Amino acid sequence: MKLIAAMSGGVDSAVAAARAVEAGHEVIGVHLALSANPQKYRSGARGCCTIEDSHDARRAADVIGIPFYIWDMAEEFHDGVVEDFLAEYAAGRTPNPCLRCNEKIKFAAVLDRARAMGFDGVVTGHYARTQISEQGKTLHRAVDHAKDQSYVLSVLTVTQIEGAIFPLGDTTKVDIRKEAEARGLAVAQKPDSHDICFVPSGDNAGWLRDRLGSEVGPIVDQDGKKIGEHKGAYTYTIGQRKGLGITVPTVDGSPRFVLKIEPVSNTVVVGAREELAVTTMRGERPVWCGPAVTSEVKAGLVQIRAHGAALPCTYFFDGTFLLATLAQPLLGLATGQAMVIYDGDRVVGSATICETR
Amino acid sequence: MSTAAFTAISAQLQLLGNPSSLHTHGRAARKSLEDARESIAKAVGCLAAEVIFTASGTEANNIALKGLYWQGRDQGKKVIVISEIEHRAILDPAQWLQDHEGAELIKIDVSTDGVINLETLKNVISERTNEIAVISVMHSNNETGVLQPISEIVTLAGDIPVHTDAVQSFKKIPLNYNQLGVFAMTLSAHKVGGPLGIGALILRRAVEIPALLHGGGQEREIRSGTLNAPSIVAFAAAVQEAYPTTAVAELRDRFITKVQALIPDAYINGNSKDRLPGIINVTFPGTQSDTLLLLLDSARVSASTGSACSAGVHEASHVLLAMGHTDTTAQSSLRFSFGATSTQADLDFIMSVLPDVISRGRAANKK
Repeated sequence: MKLIAAMSGGVDSAVAAARAVEAGHEVIGVHLALSANPQKYRSGARGCCTIEDSHDARRAADVIGIPFYIWDMAEEFHDGVVEDFLAEYAAGRTPNPCLRCNEKIKFAAVLDRARAMGFDGVVTGHYARTQISEQGKTLHRAVDHAKDQSYVLSVLTVTQIEGAIFPLGDTTKVDIRKEAEARGLAVAQKPDSHDICFVPSGDNAGWLRDRLGSEVGPIVDQDGKKIGEHKGAYTYTIGQRKGLGITVPTVDGSPRFVLKIEPVSNTVVVGAREELAVTTMRGERPVWCGPAVTSEVKAGLVQIRAHGAALPCTYFFDGTFLLATLAQPLLGLATGQAMVIYDGDRVVGSATICETR
Repeated sequence: MSTAAFTAISAQLQLLGNPSSLHTHGRAARKSLEDARESIAKAVGCLAAEVIFTASGTEANNIALKGLYWQGRDQGKKVIVISEIEHRAILDPAQWLQDHEGAELIKIDVSTDGVINLETLKNVISERTNEIAVISVMHSNNETGVLQPISEIVTLAGDIPVHTDAVQSFKKIPLNYNQLGVFAMTLSAHKVGGPLGIGALILRRAVEIPALLHGGGQEREIRSGTLNAPSIVAFAAAVQEAYPTTAVAELRDRFITKVQALIPDAYINGNSKDRLPGIINVTFPGTQSDTLLLLLDSARVSASTGSACSAGVHEASHVLLAMGHTDTTAQSSLRFSFGATSTQADLDFIMSVLPDVISRGRAANKK
């Protein structure tokens, strides 16, 4: 096949590209420039898409022996990922930008462009697997569950999965680093990237405050009684306990947790821990990563955080929303996060949580 | 590198001797180097004493622009005049002088054909005569190949020193330092079949300008540093080889005819003006040039775009923007170069893949 390898400058995508070449594919390396004003150097594990990262990617491509190009996706990234991230926080939800990037950039803008140019698909260094069965090409968890990234890939449609190649899904991260070393790739020991790539300082709350302002608003209890003040409702997360700055104690001395964020009235609602308990969730804009989910209630697993546990549940699709009911209540579930349904290791589909009860 | 240059550099690399040393080996190296200097001087129409060897065309441009500016500044002249379409090796030092050294930078506009606007230049010169430290305009543009009217500029400039970056023109078309009447001129070896890493600044005899590199005082104390005899000797050898200007120009013209026939909406930038024989800049509407480069390279055709930023992101060419292009059309343009070794078979091959590349490029361009 003719493939585009998306190369971030990190170890995973470098080994993925090398493996694709070894598998006999014709591979061209592409580094995505996602920031209009990239920083020169990377600082530790923070950020990505610095000039240094693009040099690392180019060097890896040269060592592997494939052509290398830089594609400017800064505009698409800003519109599809950064703006969405801000809008979601402004609406009181907690978004996952990596998911949006896979949905709108890597397996949309890049894959579409690659296909139009005559390529068959896109290779990435994600830890996930695909399988071909009578259900078609389906998406599965990586062998290395600690590194598994199937959660952030759960926004891919069947057509996108058909154009996606994940060569690392059968290997652990430790072995990928060893393999990179053996292949002579200088990025073998480069630190993993964490945090949000477009917030290089790592200070999400500060970054949001700079862009959304820091309008002071009330922190209220469940009866609506004001017990404190906040500096920007969007810097809080459902289930948050620390840093609320409330001086009025509860009657029994128990701690308070963020229960709700109301962006219109700029209010943060707090209450007791048990109030956080959620048993059902409703998700909008569902995507099926294989056969479509129907109105038939099925048993499966649901994961609501990138590296969270998969929780037993039943689920069905009501024609508009994906609904899941948990076997055991869960504490602190933020809207805006993705609910990803698994059937064993297979990713069934996902939706953006819009309501919990 | 040309065969003659390769032979010359290989032979010289095996000889001992720093050309500045006084012993036998040093003298032998000095002899070869000065022979080379004389033969380059002869080819370019200047005195041997006017050739200052540098490590690149970029360095020669920096020495000329900064040196002439600093010299002018000492006399209260702080204006630098350049064209909007200069290579970055002039644009960037000029900008740096404005940002850090108190210069005032004036960029002269160009026509839609890519030729400097002499009316604007004339007005600037007449209004600021006593304030201008240096005028620098390239001899021919590296992206479009369009020639610039250097002799007219020299006439307009009067006593103001004029520098020209002649890296693209040297050997491709007649070029004579003396006849042009410029004060300083930049050359680079690798553009004429010589090795990488060697260039020259032709600077009028007995002119002393402040140096960038201080040290052993080589090259008239304007450019210190051990002289790179092997590369200089190879540079001279390359200069001696004939360049098939007519044949290359014919190939270029056949390419243009073919492109216009097979991709009717494509257009050639600067097509109506005198140009270098080997450079053609084509706009393919509805495409993005970085996509075209990738597809052409896959098909074993090497073309290029204007420039990339430090992160490697392809940017709209400042040359095409100055010629009136929009960001979009500038980003839909490619530069093709033909050289002494290009053949009709190369041209036929390009034309066998180009239409498909353009149609794929259009499909991939959804922006």
